[in-house]
This record gives sequence, structure tokens and C-alpha cells, in this order.
Amino acid sequence: MAKQRVDGEDRGSIQLYALSTCVWCKMTKALLEKMNIGFDYVYVDQLQGEEKEQALEEVKRWNPKCSFPSLVVHGKKCVIGYKEDEIKEAIDTV
Amino acid sequence: MPDEVQELFDKLKKDAQASGYNLNTDEAFVTELIKGLIVNQKRYGYNSCPCRLSEGDKWKDMDIICPCDYRDLDVSEFGSCYCALYVSEAVARGEKKFEPVPERRFSSQEKKALSPLDSLGQKKNLAYPVWRCKVCGYLCAREQAPDTCPICKAANDRFEMFF
Repeated sequence: MAKQRVDGEDRGSIQLYALSTCVWCKMTKALLEKMNIGFDYVYVDQLQGEEKEQALEEVKRWNPKCSFPSLVVHGKKCVIGYKEDEIKEAIDTV
Repeated sequence: MPDEVQELFDKLKKDAQASGYNLNTDEAFVTELIKGLIVNQKRYGYNSCPCRLSEGDKWKDMDIICPCDYRDLDVSEFGSCYCALYVSEAVARGEKKFEPVPERRFSSQEKKALSPLDSLGQKKNLAYPVWRCKVCGYLCAREQAPDTCPICKAANDRFEMFF
């Protein structure tokens, strides 16, 4: 699946699953950019076929309701929704 | 604001005011949501929630076509709907901030209307079936559901037989 990379400080694996039309997803992406952190993101609504299935499988593993944004931090924790404090805490402590 | 965004913004604002709902007063935020609604309208043929993943099948997405079936509950409980296009009186007046709302969709506690069997059984005792608007809860007793909900302006296909 083609994820986009945003370069920044390497804080380990940070994967953002988002929708291109979603304001809360945009805010989450902007927050990570403001923190100058390197991360990968994918707009699931713009994927097709197998790529989309694969992305949904990945999201559901962490978030069964498959809502967006879902931010998987270090492959250990998933922050669901734009929760600024939780996102910062997950990146700092997980 | 591009014309089509302004047009939809004006329409949503007017409809909201006419039926007792409040659009979010954060205009930049609402503008982004409306752009998302327009993208979905063009992409799927209906304006499904910009903050939820559509399946591209109108029947499967019926509950998340804006205004979604969950708007009123979320506005009451959290002060805004899931995407925060609509907000409560308190949020609109600036007395409370709007925040991310947890996804209510797919939760098992969702109340279902009576089963068709029950509806048929019940209907025998009623002069008319009772139709319920799944968006705002409006009830009416008549042979067919109205073309448009007189309260929240949802389309006919958002009605279910309640009794």
C-alpha cells in the first residue's frame, strides 16, 4: 500500500490512517507536522481494490469500528480521533 | 469561498435555522467540512459524512448521509455531531467548546425499530402505520411516509415503519 512519507524527527513508526475529506484527520496531520515528527499517512478513501482492503484490515486490527483518524504509534498503541494530548503522550511514552 | 461551497453553506445554514438546529459557528472549520461533502457528492452521488468512510453504496451508507442518523443524539450528548458540522445551543453561543465525538455507528446498543412481523401484527390494531424519521425522530401516522421530513428535511428514504 502506497503510504506518503512526511519527513521529520525520527520517533519510530508513526502511521496515520486518514480520510482526505475529514477535517479531524487534517487537524491530526497538521499537529504531527507542527511537532516536526516523521510519519507515514494514507488517505484510505482514495485507495482502490486490494490496497483499500489491506488498509482497512490494518485499521480494524487496532480500531474495530474503523473510524478515522486512526494513529498507530510504534506498532503498540492506536489513538482514535484528534486527541492532541493523547497523541503527544503516545509518541513520548509508548 | 468558492461559489458551490458558499451555496451549500448558505443552504445548510438556512435549513438549520428554520428547523431549530445550529451549524458550527467556526466558519473555517465548516468550510472544510462542506468541501468534503461536495467531494463525496461528486464521488458517490450523495453527500455522505466527510469524516466517515463511505462504501459507495447508497443503501449501505444511508445512515451516514448528512444529516446522519446519529446527529441529534451526538449533539445532545457531546455538544456536536460526529464531524461537528452541527452543534448544540451551548456550543453555538460559545459557552462550550466542541470536541472530537466517539463513533456511535456500529454500536450494539443501537435501538432497532420493531421487526416487520411485529409491525404487521401491531398494524392490525391501528388505522394507519406510523412512520419514524431516523434523522430526527419525527413520527407521523399515514399510509406512506412523507417525501421530505417536515421537521429536519430528510428525504423519504430515511423513514422507517415504526408501528
